[in-house]
Amino acid sequence: MSDTTLPSSAELPLLIERSTFSPIYTLVGTVIVFAFFTAAPWILAASWVSVLSNFFVLLIMATMWNLLAGYAGMVSIGQQGFVGLGAYATLYFAIKGMSPFVAIPFAVLACAIIAYPITYLLFRLRGGYFAVATWVIADSAMLLILTVALLGGGTGKYLPGLTNLSPSELDHDTYLATWFVAFIVLVATYFILRSRLGLVLSSLRDNETAARSSGAKVTSTRRLIYVIAGAGCGAAGSVLAISQPFVQPGNAFSLNWAAEMLFASMIGGMGTIEGPIIGCIIFFVLQQSLQNLGAWYLIIFGAVAVVIAIWQPRGIWGLIRDTTHFELLPVGYRVSASSLGTRRRPSRDVN
Amino acid sequence: MTWANILIQGALIGGFYALFACGLSLMFGVMKVINLAHGDIAVVAAYSAVFLVPKLHVAQLWAFVVIVPLFALIGYVVQRTLLQKAIDRDPFTTLLVTFGLSVVIENLLLEIYSANGQSVNIGELVAKSWQVNSVIYVSYVSLVVLGTAVLVLGALQIFLSRTSSGRLIRAVSDDREAAQLCGANYKHVFGVAAAIAFATVALAGIAFGISTEFDPTAGGINLLYAFEAVVIGGIGSLWGTLVGGILLGVAQQFGAHFNLEYQTLAGNALFLIVLAIRPQGLFGRKVSLNE
Repeated sequence: MSDTTLPSSAELPLLIERSTFSPIYTLVGTVIVFAFFTAAPWILAASWVSVLSNFFVLLIMATMWNLLAGYAGMVSIGQQGFVGLGAYATLYFAIKGMSPFVAIPFAVLACAIIAYPITYLLFRLRGGYFAVATWVIADSAMLLILTVALLGGGTGKYLPGLTNLSPSELDHDTYLATWFVAFIVLVATYFILRSRLGLVLSSLRDNETAARSSGAKVTSTRRLIYVIAGAGCGAAGSVLAISQPFVQPGNAFSLNWAAEMLFASMIGGMGTIEGPIIGCIIFFVLQQSLQNLGAWYLIIFGAVAVVIAIWQPRGIWGLIRDTTHFELLPVGYRVSASSLGTRRRPSRDVN
Repeated sequence: MTWANILIQGALIGGFYALFACGLSLMFGVMKVINLAHGDIAVVAAYSAVFLVPKLHVAQLWAFVVIVPLFALIGYVVQRTLLQKAIDRDPFTTLLVTFGLSVVIENLLLEIYSANGQSVNIGELVAKSWQVNSVIYVSYVSLVVLGTAVLVLGALQIFLSRTSSGRLIRAVSDDREAAQLCGANYKHVFGVAAAIAFATVALAGIAFGISTEFDPTAGGINLLYAFEAVVIGGIGSLWGTLVGGILLGVAQQFGAHFNLEYQTLAGNALFLIVLAIRPQGLFGRKVSLNE
């Protein structure tokens, strides 16, 4: 920065823009990606489709956890509670005769409604105490579900309403459900972060005291994000229930969900949209290559996450962005100087 | 008489929770760190008592003689290396690092020792109890654990208020910069606090291994109970932690009296009620909440 002097805005107009490349490319890229993954069941082998389906479930969770911790600064280790509640809400609606696929939005709504009052208890605590309290609530939710005989108690229950589909139809529909939910979650997160709310979140992430004193409504923003993250993890739980399709408390409320979403966001890079995507890809490569070695994939993944948290807290995507100034899904603005006949040169990131 | 039994059994278990919680409370009080791997360290101590101690030709009953100093040393080293690095960044990183450690430890234990239940073998002593009347039995083990908890908390209280090292720890906990200006090496003080915390949690882990069968996944629930005891009693109050532990134990026994499934749920409910009505805990100061 020291060797370049910016010309004054009188001789060179300063442009404030979102991206280094035209938004048309982003749109075209999104359409291509959407078309590819929608057509994937007809293109890829069945084993790949089921891996992708699991990938999208984790991607939903990691994106939601990133929104919660990376942007709103709330480290929750209790999001598996909403995964479980989403799965069980789907099971409940299915038992009452609804198609599990139709039940997804209702399960999401149920999780949002449950998340809202919880914030009034949780927001009395900060930092580490907040984190463990979210775990207590997830644990309580699991223990409550265990006592409901209708939902199969401790042994679990098969999700009804899927028997009229043939196995291959079921695989396709399950995959498409997870992909559509993941796509909606990603697009929604992108637009949330581009909106005014995203601006408040970024200010909160960077300096909470400054954000408060500038009039940002910190608590209500956090509340909204917690509800959104609860609903999103509920959506993940709902599609998880359909893909299993055996719903069992120990699995639906497993702490491993919290661990995986947390590690994926940390390794990929918190506070960026792209980070969790990269983290999830790394996680699945590791899991697939070590799948015969029991829990070692989680041990390695956790150890890498610890190392990254200490020595590279902005994660892999943070490292790439800091060195190349490249953004795949830009949500902030950058100032660039442009003049007649010369190329736009990005000078400083503002996000 | 059943109610008296609920109170007595609850109080006995509460002593165990308090023993678990005092390390958590100390580490939060001194370095503002919530060690999410706290429960897993206890489980590692229990596994060491089962698998490591017999190799040294020491009876498992005397495991604490070996394990407690060993864990104090481990605590000091972990604090000075990994945890200090995380603290230097921010509280956020500390949470992520300790959670990462917790998951890594749990899955390593799972890989090495499998998910089979284990217990620390102390012979016939474990089954012996003092029969008060036809309903109430007081197990010697839980009585000793409660006694140990009171002893450890008392010793910690005296250490923190009467000795110069204890005063140093409190000084660093109150105002790190000011203590540093007076010549205190806060990193060493943090290490000492972590050593004490690890030693007490190792003791709690051995007590846990003696009284129940455990597996690698037991760490999480132990952390939750310890945490609930700390919050119910009031953050930053050592004797509050003992009262919190006992109240938690009584609430759990009360829940279990109606249905065994309600045991943990009743404890969680008490925790949430305290959080709703008196978020600073029963003996806590209001300021201590906003770290």
